[in-house]
Amino acid sequence: MSMFNTGDILETIEMFTEENLDVRTVTMGISLLDCIDPDPQASCRKIYEKITTKAANLVPVVETISREYGIPIVNKRISVTPIAMLLGACPDADPVDFAKTLDAAGKAVGVNFIGGYSALVHKGFSAGDIRLIESIPRALAETDIICSSVNIGSTKSGLNIDAIRLMGQAVKKAAELTADRQCIGAAKLVVFCNAPEDNPFMAGAFHGPGEPDCEIHVGVSGPGAVRAALAKLPKDAPVDQVAELVKRTAFKITRLGQLVANLVSEKLGVPAGIIDLSLAPTPAIGDSVANILEEMGLEQCGCCGTTACLALLNDAVKKGGVMASNHVGGLSGAFIPVSEDEGMIRAAESGCLTMEKLEAMTAVCSVGIDMVIIPGDTTPEVISGLIADEAAIGMVNTKTTAVRVIPAIGRKAGEVLDFGGLLGYGPIMHLNTRSPEVFINRGGRLPAPMQALKN
Amino acid sequence: MKAFITVSGKDTIGVIARVSNQCAALGINVEDVTQRLLKGMFAMIMLVDLDHCTVSIDEMHQKFADLGQEMGMQIVVTRQEVFDAMHNI
Repeated sequence: MSMFNTGDILETIEMFTEENLDVRTVTMGISLLDCIDPDPQASCRKIYEKITTKAANLVPVVETISREYGIPIVNKRISVTPIAMLLGACPDADPVDFAKTLDAAGKAVGVNFIGGYSALVHKGFSAGDIRLIESIPRALAETDIICSSVNIGSTKSGLNIDAIRLMGQAVKKAAELTADRQCIGAAKLVVFCNAPEDNPFMAGAFHGPGEPDCEIHVGVSGPGAVRAALAKLPKDAPVDQVAELVKRTAFKITRLGQLVANLVSEKLGVPAGIIDLSLAPTPAIGDSVANILEEMGLEQCGCCGTTACLALLNDAVKKGGVMASNHVGGLSGAFIPVSEDEGMIRAAESGCLTMEKLEAMTAVCSVGIDMVIIPGDTTPEVISGLIADEAAIGMVNTKTTAVRVIPAIGRKAGEVLDFGGLLGYGPIMHLNTRSPEVFINRGGRLPAPMQALKN
Repeated sequence: MKAFITVSGKDTIGVIARVSNQCAALGINVEDVTQRLLKGMFAMIMLVDLDHCTVSIDEMHQKFADLGQEMGMQIVVTRQEVFDAMHNI
């Protein structure tokens, strides 16, 4: 006679030890609105002090909880107020000084990324925005752990085509300035439509102006656990059962995230923000969203049926997770980054997964064209066109979309770029090179869709 | 503070004895034990109380990891709250 359910316990242990289940990130969001100062040096001093005070115990506390409870927690990170908001007050400052300050503060407290070298320009530019955008490539080249994101559109406001033009240039330049380091600058830069203000995942994390002074977000993961659960389902089980199983697994994974959020919040005395219940793959074998789709019954990710399977997955993950957490937020769904997902890499290498199919998939996944390596000679206008397409999908469907592409400077389609570590590696994908230059150079603001008129 | 010690791997003689001995040596009280064979692999689960554990959490994890390696099995110690969160509504 036992007072515990051995099946449940063994299932959890198997998820941790065999299926790569982990809490992917504990991210502390810190507002820097009280660090605004017309003197850039004073502003940077305040930023450094605030981050190193608020996050002083973040890493040790999270590591203690991880050991004490036996829960793998992979990353400790910080997101801050979009730096363009601070830059507006000091018109003569070099924006990169702010990036270097964030870099130093992040390193001092031991986090592995700090996000928020950002601007929100979906409706237009305010003081500081253009200077920040133009400085992004240099900021990413001259720092190590800074991540940058720019929101160029939203369902409510339409698309800022001027900003899209600038971001095409920024992505290309970020890759060029880091050409000697696998073009890593572009891997730390995300262009958003409908960016969430509480996303804990990099490179797109920033701390929105509507957020509290300081809070703790948790991003859970676990594609491996979902795939393993599906592998046990008979191949003739109807898709309703597939959805049900994904929901159940997502529920368990999210409850783990909520537990960690509660523990960290209590120990640090910082309110818990949101749980982001994303399936975030890693290059580790089996920790793949593509493998989940293949487990559902596709010969390979990218074949016909892929968009439907991904839609099922993304929705079931949300439905399962939403009951498990007090506050669900961030991106919450399935990520489809190519270079970070072993199954996606294989599908791209074999030619089964094309850029066009990826774009269709982004209409039903939780983010967008993510970690896609494109030919080094891709023009900024083509990148801008890709951003505009992706943003249009997000705008019309009232969802977040994003573009994080890495132009592999000096390389062509079919070759490989290897970042190492969590960012993975991938084949350089073929991209349509006909020019959208005239459209992009028109500038202006693409009007918000009918969906915006809900009041 | 309650935790589950899970031991899994190829069945060998004296699994319960060796893990229980380690618990006793570390001041860990065993409250319940169950075991079963799963897919030809042996799995044992112990519910334990860590309140009077005589060593630090890190050292305890290390001791069990070392013992697991010695026995050719995997031993994991996980707090009870983790399972409660994941499996109880």
